[in-house]
Amino acid sequence: MARVAQFDPHPVQGAATQSPLHHRAASKPSGDSRVTLVELAFLDHLVLRGEPQGLAASVQAVLGLELPVEPQRLVIGETGSLQWLSPDEWLLIVAAGEGFRLQRELREALGDSHFSIVDVSGGQTLLELGGERAIDVLMKSTVYDVDPRAFPIGKGVTSVFAKATAVIRRVGEERWELVVRRSFADYCLRWLLDAGEEYGIDYRPAKVAATTPRAAVADTETVS
Amino acid sequence: MFHIYCPYCAEYREEEEFHPKGQAHIARPADPTASSDDAWGDYLFFRDNPRGVHHELWVHAVGCRKFFNITRDTRSYAILETYRMGEQPGVTAETATLAERDIERRTSDTATIQGVPS
Repeated sequence: MARVAQFDPHPVQGAATQSPLHHRAASKPSGDSRVTLVELAFLDHLVLRGEPQGLAASVQAVLGLELPVEPQRLVIGETGSLQWLSPDEWLLIVAAGEGFRLQRELREALGDSHFSIVDVSGGQTLLELGGERAIDVLMKSTVYDVDPRAFPIGKGVTSVFAKATAVIRRVGEERWELVVRRSFADYCLRWLLDAGEEYGIDYRPAKVAATTPRAAVADTETVS
Repeated sequence: MFHIYCPYCAEYREEEEFHPKGQAHIARPADPTASSDDAWGDYLFFRDNPRGVHHELWVHAVGCRKFFNITRDTRSYAILETYRMGEQPGVTAETATLAERDIERRTSDTATIQGVPS
């Protein structure tokens, strides 16, 4: 295994964590709500880089997910979701607290091959947009064609969103996910609340993902 | 707005997602210490500014963030082709000129038939 210093970003269970949208209160429309917005905060985001042929087998073995090699593909499984970002770059989103364990297992499985895994959980957050008019909110916000004919379920793109950028993923018939930068999260949320006002957007703040009890990892500085 | 085909994303994307990065296919002198000041200066600072077919380096900045090449006509802004890094252009000034002469000949023929002065 390559000599890489690894550290657990959450060494203590129940350490204080703050969502980038912690300051926004829920907003409930007075009338009908046809768009819902919720932040799926504190998930673990990892960026995997390397040659696809070198990564595919280990990713399948450790994560139980097929490495998407076709552009714009998003694969969702029990472990989490794995998305194609570029020919040699993937975004892996897993449950809170799982990132470090999976990262270690992946590093072990990949051995000496040429790859990189970076924990980017602190740099971005996930917003889930749902409801029958969610697509209309997106159409106002991005230059990308989100029409169902061009954007089937299981597709994800990085594109311009409002005046910032976001990763836009379609996870269900009327469910979309937006991965936004932490520093742009407030701007994107305000934009969405404004754009969704006419559809009675129902925003609920961070749904804290249930933290799975983890076995304490003793060595936080692994060099093997 | 243009729609530009990204050879890595394999689809047409909005121009807003891209940035131009200047002339493509600039070869760095193999041995910088042995190259003359003129050759090094040319490599560092001097760029072509052709009227017509031009090969450019672009980056899909909001997207896959990969660099790739575009062959573009500087007169019409028409994008003739896009291709990956390391590949050679399929359309060059020579082939484009030939194609253009073809088009000109055809249009002038039509013009004569219709009696429209060119």
